[in-house]
Amino acid sequence: MEQLKEEVGLPRLGERAPDFEALTTQGTIKLDDYKGSWLILFSHPADFTPVCTTEFIAFADIYEELQERGVELLGLSVDSISSHIAWVRNVQEKLGVKIPFPIIADLNKDVALRYGMIHEGQSKTETVRCVFIIDPNQVIRAILYYPLTTGRNMAEILRLVEALQTTDEHGVATPANWQPGDKVIVPPPNTQEMAEERLGQGYECKDWYLCMKAL
Amino acid sequence: MGCISPDGKPTDSGTRLLRALESGLRSPEEVARETGLPLFRVRSGLRDLTSAGLAAPRDDRYELTPKGSDLLATLA
Repeated sequence: MEQLKEEVGLPRLGERAPDFEALTTQGTIKLDDYKGSWLILFSHPADFTPVCTTEFIAFADIYEELQERGVELLGLSVDSISSHIAWVRNVQEKLGVKIPFPIIADLNKDVALRYGMIHEGQSKTETVRCVFIIDPNQVIRAILYYPLTTGRNMAEILRLVEALQTTDEHGVATPANWQPGDKVIVPPPNTQEMAEERLGQGYECKDWYLCMKAL
Repeated sequence: MGCISPDGKPTDSGTRLLRALESGLRSPEEVARETGLPLFRVRSGLRDLTSAGLAAPRDDRYELTPKGSDLLATLA
């Protein structure tokens, strides 16, 4: 395992997402099956645990909104397919929520190790709460890590997806605490000439390097 | 397999994929539009149907095999 971890390393932003072919609750799925769509690949520590159950309900709640934005969800833990099936059936029966997205049964940790989802300081056997946002070209665009104790914030995940899509669509950046509809940041100029011209281009500028505009 | 049961019968989504191929060659994108299934499910399911000998890829599209047509006839 030490050798595999060293060979694979942690994925980095801007790199192609590591390939996988995995058993899931909706059949065998490859990373390639998501080409052309955004994908949120997320891991949870274990089935039938309280924080994970609240997170799955919350992910199910935002699934439709994500799909409207061309985003698919794919869960993962090192549990078996039978455990995943029993858990999602239990969630539906006890909490009235149907889990609409597939969950990888990564018993041999193949995908978890490729994506650096096991952090031994947290647990040697369970995946931490990772979120990988992968774009339609299968490039990793954002990574979030949450500890075992802390459930993820769906509003932030949605905001992050919308910010990335806005950046791609309009060639802009987004400021701190940006929300859809807020003004965006015009990329700073690269030359002195561009900096001088920038101030006369109708943007809302605090100075040459900090200009905003509405979309 | 995600869309073929262990007893060899297609699941509901498997049946929808087979029916989408009934009228000829279809790309995964066309099948997704026709069935309303997400594209990743269609790609995964078409791979399963191919492994089971029920569909076959041609260029970037898929068609029913005679075995797939026979199975679909029994479901009608």
